[in-house]
Amino acid sequence: MTRYITHRLLLLPLLLLVYSFVIFVIIQAPPGDFLTSYVATLSASGTSISAEQIQALRHQYGLDQPFVVQYLYWLRELLHGNFGLSLEYRRPNADLIGEQLGLTVALAVMSFVLTWIIAVPAGIYSATHQRSVVDHVLTVINYIGVATPNFMLALILMWIAFAYFGISITGLYSPEYTDAPWSMAKFVNLLEHIWLPALVIGIAGTARLTRIMRANLLDELNKPYVVTARAKGLREWRLVLRYPARLALNPLVSTIGWYLPQLFSGSLIVATVMNLPNIGPLLLRALINQDMYLAGAILLIYSFLTIVGTLLSDIALAMMDPRIRMGM
Amino acid sequence: MQLDATVAAGAVEERIAVASNWTLIWWRFRRHRLALFSAGVLICLYIVVLCPDFFATQDPQQTDARQAFIPTQPLHLFDGGWNPWVPAIVGKRNPITLRMEWTTDPSRKTHIEFFTHGQPYRVLGLFTTSIHLIGATDPAQRIFLLGSDRLGRDQWSRIMHGTQTSMTVGLVAVTLSVILGVVLGGISGYFGGIIDQVIQRLIELLQSVPTIPVWLALSAALPRDWTPTQVFLAITVILSLVGWTTLGREVRGRFLALREEDFVLAARLAGCGRMRIILRHMMPTFLSHIIATSSLAIPVAIISETSLSFLGLGIRPPAISWGVLLQEAQNIQTLALAPWLLIPGLVVIVAVLAFNLVGDGLRDASDPYSH
Repeated sequence: MTRYITHRLLLLPLLLLVYSFVIFVIIQAPPGDFLTSYVATLSASGTSISAEQIQALRHQYGLDQPFVVQYLYWLRELLHGNFGLSLEYRRPNADLIGEQLGLTVALAVMSFVLTWIIAVPAGIYSATHQRSVVDHVLTVINYIGVATPNFMLALILMWIAFAYFGISITGLYSPEYTDAPWSMAKFVNLLEHIWLPALVIGIAGTARLTRIMRANLLDELNKPYVVTARAKGLREWRLVLRYPARLALNPLVSTIGWYLPQLFSGSLIVATVMNLPNIGPLLLRALINQDMYLAGAILLIYSFLTIVGTLLSDIALAMMDPRIRMGM
Repeated sequence: MQLDATVAAGAVEERIAVASNWTLIWWRFRRHRLALFSAGVLICLYIVVLCPDFFATQDPQQTDARQAFIPTQPLHLFDGGWNPWVPAIVGKRNPITLRMEWTTDPSRKTHIEFFTHGQPYRVLGLFTTSIHLIGATDPAQRIFLLGSDRLGRDQWSRIMHGTQTSMTVGLVAVTLSVILGVVLGGISGYFGGIIDQVIQRLIELLQSVPTIPVWLALSAALPRDWTPTQVFLAITVILSLVGWTTLGREVRGRFLALREEDFVLAARLAGCGRMRIILRHMMPTFLSHIIATSSLAIPVAIISETSLSFLGLGIRPPAISWGVLLQEAQNIQTLALAPWLLIPGLVVIVAVLAFNLVGDGLRDASDPYSH
């Protein structure tokens, strides 16, 4: 087990290296470099800058160097924990991201927890009460849940809350807590707000997981050991929870690998629509304003979160399934 | 009596025994009522894709600031007898906000006609006509079946044109994915060895990419001065970059399994070339799976395009797609004022739902010999 985890952990820096190169290619792709946008920003605010100064700056930042050298510069700074400066905010990128990283992770994790809390019982109920009214209703909800883009759901909920109840459900805090320092009251306030966006982000995943759980359990319920247990007089709900449900959970764990990363990247749109403090909207603004080093740093963070999410799921799966652990 | 039933059952059995693979798939698919109905919905949507102008009531780009935020004018077919009409709109200036506020007045009727003449357009680039499915009896009268947006553009007509873009994006992106997936997956599975290893690592790498952020960054990198067609093609390429991996894996798995089959060996011994073995002998056995998988990939591509365009980094105005239309609905104040701007979202949901149902039906039917 330890060997398996070490092996995966050793792979992590290598993956990050590959990603960092791809990301650098992407952020370098738009025409012009960051000095072009910097000069544009300056001239927009009325400050002019001479050609020599630009040339000096270009040299100072290494922008006159070949592509690969520039990449190595960037990488060296990254390794020293320097994510560069944001042009738009005039602040270190590391600070900008750091402020919102915690809440980004919290939102995804909350979404993940909600998904499982809802999907597992719903799937079990659907399977044990196959073709009942509730099963059919759940199936319809599942299909619609998968088909609705989550930003659409966010828009509909915001509109209903605003038009019919006169409340705004954007943000993660009530207005009075937005700039307040962390306290118990602020934390409680956060919990009061975070569940709705978390649910919105997780809705498609919940629907999909419910379907997987239902199908898995239905397969298990027809097996002879269930009949044996029933013949021995085990109570139905106890029987279901004790044996087939546990087996049906196994394939569900393997979905974490794609689900957790999907939550991180899916939260981007919902966070933009619902105006949540999240690195998603920060990335969007950076991309639109060509604040490329900020965008690059955020993309790197997303990749890191994705890799870690996949890693966690692989470890969870290896712990549950000895065949993977032993490399069989 | 009993003999008759036995004979009839025998006839049915024989009919099944001699039916081709595709006939069996069709018979099985036909049993899914919901999938069949959804296939009908999709056919209707693709008819709109072929010629959105016929369904549009006016030019989707025509703006008129004085006719902003007009509510939906629901279509009524009967007025006494057959006499289709929509309620007329009445504008009143709000004395506080000084904004024009429009309401519908069912007592005043705007009469409309089917197959009426209106703005001329080209059909598939072949010929010009001016016949529209629906339009006001008085050609000068604009009607807003689904209301208008903040620039006074007719939402109904815009949805028709958006349908063309969005449904095509889905189809083209998935076609690209299928080509990439089949070719690379096929190479990976058929040759194995180092090529297989390289392609498999590539697939793993691509599948662990945080999709939406990377898509956003890629579309932000597209030059600003590209034409809508260029942007459209670029977006489909971006979407299929990740989309092919699922299919690639599946095709590889099938190739690996089939490679050792007796009929492949027989074909090789009979002197068939490599291409012939792949195309004539191996492909047909899993073609139905490819179709089922790709029909489930189309809705994913549609949702992705809609999301990108909604964020302003996908299809760009003046081109129209469902996501571009939903951009109008981003602001909560606007939504409270004009909730009908959410209608394009409902169209997205219906289309995606239909694709998913058809895809599920196809997947169940794609292996007609299983039970």
